[in-house]
Amino acid sequence: MNDFWIILVGALVAGSCSVLGCFLIVRKMTLIGDAISHSVLPGIVLAFLITGTRDSVPMLIGAAALGLLAVFLIQLFQSSGVQSDAAIGIVFTSLFATGIVLVSLYTQQIDFDLEHVLYGEIAYTPWNTMTIGGIEAGPKAVWIVGSCFILNLIMIFLFFKQFKLVSFDPALAAAMGIPVLFFHYLLMSLISLTTVASFDSVGSILVVGMLIIPAATAYLLSDRLSRMILVSIGVGVLSSVIGYYSATILDASISGCMVGSAAILFGLAFLFSPGNGLVSLLLKRRKSKESHA
Amino acid sequence: MNIMDIITDPNTRWILLGTMFLGLSSGVIGSFAYLRKQSLLGDTLAHAALPGICVAFMLTGVKSTSYFLIGAALAGLVAVFLISVLTRYSKIKQDAALGIVLSSFFGFGIVMLTQIQQSEYGNQSGLDTFLFGQTASMVMSDVYMMMTVSFILIFTCTVFFKEFKLLSFDPGFAKGMGLPVVFLDYFIMMLIVAAVVIGIQAVGVVLMASLLITPAVSARYWTERLHIMVILSGIFGMMSGVSGTLISTSVNDLPTGPLIVLSATVWFFFSMLFAPKRGVLSSIWRRVSTKKKYSLEQDRRKGSHSS
Repeated sequence: MNDFWIILVGALVAGSCSVLGCFLIVRKMTLIGDAISHSVLPGIVLAFLITGTRDSVPMLIGAAALGLLAVFLIQLFQSSGVQSDAAIGIVFTSLFATGIVLVSLYTQQIDFDLEHVLYGEIAYTPWNTMTIGGIEAGPKAVWIVGSCFILNLIMIFLFFKQFKLVSFDPALAAAMGIPVLFFHYLLMSLISLTTVASFDSVGSILVVGMLIIPAATAYLLSDRLSRMILVSIGVGVLSSVIGYYSATILDASISGCMVGSAAILFGLAFLFSPGNGLVSLLLKRRKSKESHA
Repeated sequence: MNIMDIITDPNTRWILLGTMFLGLSSGVIGSFAYLRKQSLLGDTLAHAALPGICVAFMLTGVKSTSYFLIGAALAGLVAVFLISVLTRYSKIKQDAALGIVLSSFFGFGIVMLTQIQQSEYGNQSGLDTFLFGQTASMVMSDVYMMMTVSFILIFTCTVFFKEFKLLSFDPGFAKGMGLPVVFLDYFIMMLIVAAVVIGIQAVGVVLMASLLITPAVSARYWTERLHIMVILSGIFGMMSGVSGTLISTSVNDLPTGPLIVLSATVWFFFSMLFAPKRGVLSSIWRRVSTKKKYSLEQDRRKGSHSS
């Protein structure tokens, strides 16, 4: 049963991350996801310190606030003339550093160590259960990450057209009266929420992996956004299943193995994708050479 | 401990020297990375170093900085190669390629790291200090290594200053002049790898990027000339290294890396606010004084009309 819960949490994390990751990929903003997932750390720590509990709601709020702050700061620096990648770099490193210093300063009050920050403790999720009305309702993480997954799906489903247009042609979207900035920040808040919901299970760095890698794999496998989202969820779920079993074989970090298997799946797609893979590219090249000769 | 104790303590003095040179050299090479819009390459290379370090430990079984650095450098080379393959042979863009390589390497690194920690070597491997950096784990030979590599970095940047300058501002023209652009491109990336490699012990893989990016951006606020920017960026990096180390040794149990990063951020905010011409305050002042001049002019005109 524990195996099932861990895989389920992993799959839900992978699913909710990869849905959003698709939009980051097509908007060429993947590193913003990286920045947000680092920047939520001080928000989580501050929420701990202020409320004194590991309650999820203040943590979610704190993290989402810091994620949005990071996005805001990046845009502020960018508009004041700093190159965008450097702006991302400055913002996330300083926020993450603040978080680590806070953790080290208040180690007594906070019961997570720095490694947990990086790669989570998904192995313990089955024991942290929740009871609703006296009934055992399964691990807490399943509920948190699950509701986050559903929220992401609903949002993307409801505003699919808007998100799509904003991603591919923001100028046209603005001309059509779609509030571009609102959807930008909506996407960013969803990413912050997802990051913090997944934080306990997979840690900050591996959220980045789940945001980017399955979506990039799907990007190589399909040419339509809607299909890309479905494929990326599939890839994410698959990598969490493979990752869990390889982790039990290797006796290593589960979340690390999940990202590792996502990376291997990406490698396979890069080599063998029917339309875009390296092999088919080389074959095409040879064929065109032959036809020339 | 107060500041005087720290400065007279010979061990701390060595560590200070190490972080000072680290800040200096990464600031210098970071300004070229910034101008070439490759700031986050340093981030990817730093994260990619983790599996390299772990493989080096698994193969040799000893905690030796020089083996670790070789492992990290090789991993960095593989990462650079993969990024260029991904962007050249698929529709993956530069930013996604950086993100993919970063998180996959880090994922594999974490797998190996946890496996090492489960094994008999256990915690004595001390590999986890590489995540966030801890100068306390540095020994004399590490400092020598940092200083040597820093000297080489700074020397190289001085010798190839003209070439790097041309490459940063106008790669097309550089190619036209017959410079080996591709070679220089890889050469600069090698230098970034070198800076990352000596930095991970003090600052850690997660935050190393900051030392490459933040001083360079801060320096950019103060000047329009490349050589001044490079020197300033080195100085900013140096000061961040020194103040971060001082604070971390005077307050117990604070990791050095994040403090160096935060010091660099403080210099960044200082530059952003107070730099002449490009700073926030000076641009506000300029706006206000222009407005004043304009309204004075208007008043004078009105006055001359009415008379």
